[in-house]
Amino acid sequence: MEAVKEVSQISLVSEEKKRSRMSEFWTKWKKQKTAFWAGFFIIFLLLVAVFGPILAPYDPYEPDYDAILQTPSQAHWAGTDEYGRDILSRIIVGAGISLSVSFTSVLVGAVIGTILGLCSGYYGGWLDRLIMRSSDVMFAFPDLLLAIAIVAILGPGLTNVVVAVAVFSIPSFARLIRGNTLAAKEAVFVEAARSMGARSSRIIFRHIFPETVSSMIVFFSLRIGTSILAASSLSFLGLGAKPESPDWGAMLSMGRDYLDTAPHVVMIPGLVIFLSVLAFNLVGDGLRDIMDPKTKN
Amino acid sequence: MFRYIVKRLIGIIPIIFIVSLLIFFFIHLVPGDPVRLAAGKEATLEEITRVRQELGLDKPLAVQYLNYMKNLFTGNLGHSLKTGLPISDMFENRYEISLKLTFMSLGWALVLGLVIGTISAVFRNKWPDFLGMLTAISGISLPGFWLGLILIQVFSVQLGWFPTGGTDSWKSYVLPSITLGAGIMSMLARFTRSSLLETLKEDFIRTGRAKGLKESVVVRKHALKNSMFPVVTIAGLQFGFLLGGSVVVETVFSIPGMGRLLIDSIAFRDYPVVQAVILLFSLEFILVNLLVDILYKALNPKIRFDS
Repeated sequence: MEAVKEVSQISLVSEEKKRSRMSEFWTKWKKQKTAFWAGFFIIFLLLVAVFGPILAPYDPYEPDYDAILQTPSQAHWAGTDEYGRDILSRIIVGAGISLSVSFTSVLVGAVIGTILGLCSGYYGGWLDRLIMRSSDVMFAFPDLLLAIAIVAILGPGLTNVVVAVAVFSIPSFARLIRGNTLAAKEAVFVEAARSMGARSSRIIFRHIFPETVSSMIVFFSLRIGTSILAASSLSFLGLGAKPESPDWGAMLSMGRDYLDTAPHVVMIPGLVIFLSVLAFNLVGDGLRDIMDPKTKN
Repeated sequence: MFRYIVKRLIGIIPIIFIVSLLIFFFIHLVPGDPVRLAAGKEATLEEITRVRQELGLDKPLAVQYLNYMKNLFTGNLGHSLKTGLPISDMFENRYEISLKLTFMSLGWALVLGLVIGTISAVFRNKWPDFLGMLTAISGISLPGFWLGLILIQVFSVQLGWFPTGGTDSWKSYVLPSITLGAGIMSMLARFTRSSLLETLKEDFIRTGRAKGLKESVVVRKHALKNSMFPVVTIAGLQFGFLLGGSVVVETVFSIPGMGRLLIDSIAFRDYPVVQAVILLFSLEFILVNLLVDILYKALNPKIRFDS
């Protein structure tokens, strides 16, 4: 009976700790005014991405040859493109495409990079050397160039853009997590777990991994911005989404021929890309100031 | 110092070797037969066989790689499938154009990045700092292709100050280099600010102020000089960003440089050219990083070469 009471007390204490950590984070987060509002913008973007097809006032694929290249008006808030398609509807539906490409690619890069970084840092030796030398080779290719090369090999298309952006994210995550793992490996609680006979996999995932999460979250949010830029650049170059797709980069690529006569076709999708990347960068900066201030410099 | 340079030079050999190997084999994984492309749609089976032998593509992959490396060392990058011209001839003018664009972008980005970063650090948490850092984070978030199109619309189409593209005069490089350098400028401004803020906390700065030196002298002669090392490193590391960005910028401004050649070659599936451009960009990136590393160590007395 006593033991049960003790266990429930321990779990209450840890619940209390978790709650106080959350409230501490929330208090600090509210003080980061720019990041706070950028966070709201990201939530808004995510909602638009999820509910895009319901929210779009027009069919984003349906041409209307009576409404070609119309400037913003009450009927078409962001104007129409060269096929008379409503630009706002295309941006709304395109949010789903652009954000899912960016999130998926960074997520894949983060998962693979984190596993490699944890193993590299924890086991050391030949495995560490192999993973780090492979990262060196990957770092020998400039990011966007590596993505272009991968898409050139695999062929144009959004799936290949995801692969390309994920591949160039892997070494950065691996390096970051390896550094954190090396530091955490020497901690007393890891030593304690090891002396109690815990298996390596348990030590890595139960004890070391949580120590790397804050840096990873910060880097993840900053990387989303880079990934949106890279994916839209690839679409702009004709290597990503199909030209008729409402992908933001592809919209800019198609619209550039009408820059002279209908600049809104280029300006509005470009502004949306800019604001989205800006929001992710601001949130990343804010998170870093709270969760990982030592990496600020 | 000499030993360090030799050690680093030897260190990059395996990386260059693996990079060349990767590029070679990945390009050969591309679906489709490049020989059919080179021989043309109407080519007969005999013609295809002849072209395959001419290009050396009938040999095993390992032999092809060895021949490729042997040719590389003699400066022979192969021939374009599209034009039939030696690739090194195609690079001649294009490389110069891209290099000019890259250095102009890096030049203005370095100057303005240092100025904005310094002003932000000196006026920390005041409105110039806020404005400087807002400019910096906006610059990092700007899509290059969008900025380029805006600049064309405003400064070429509306005001007629600069050409919309091409490489006819120095004026043709102004808008593309602004576009390409914006991201780097922003990063440099942020790094200069944080590096300078760290240095301004140092004891020798306090000593300088206590001696009665003017604040401008303290910042310019003591703090800025000591904050430069990380900034120079970042400038070098961002060289890769410029190489990648040049592909986009050259497309927007129709500049016949290396980036544009890469995109055109991908569209035509001219793989020998794609392979050569990517290899050259990667080598350039590796060498610039090495140079920055050596310069950093040579300029910074705090770093020992034997460590």
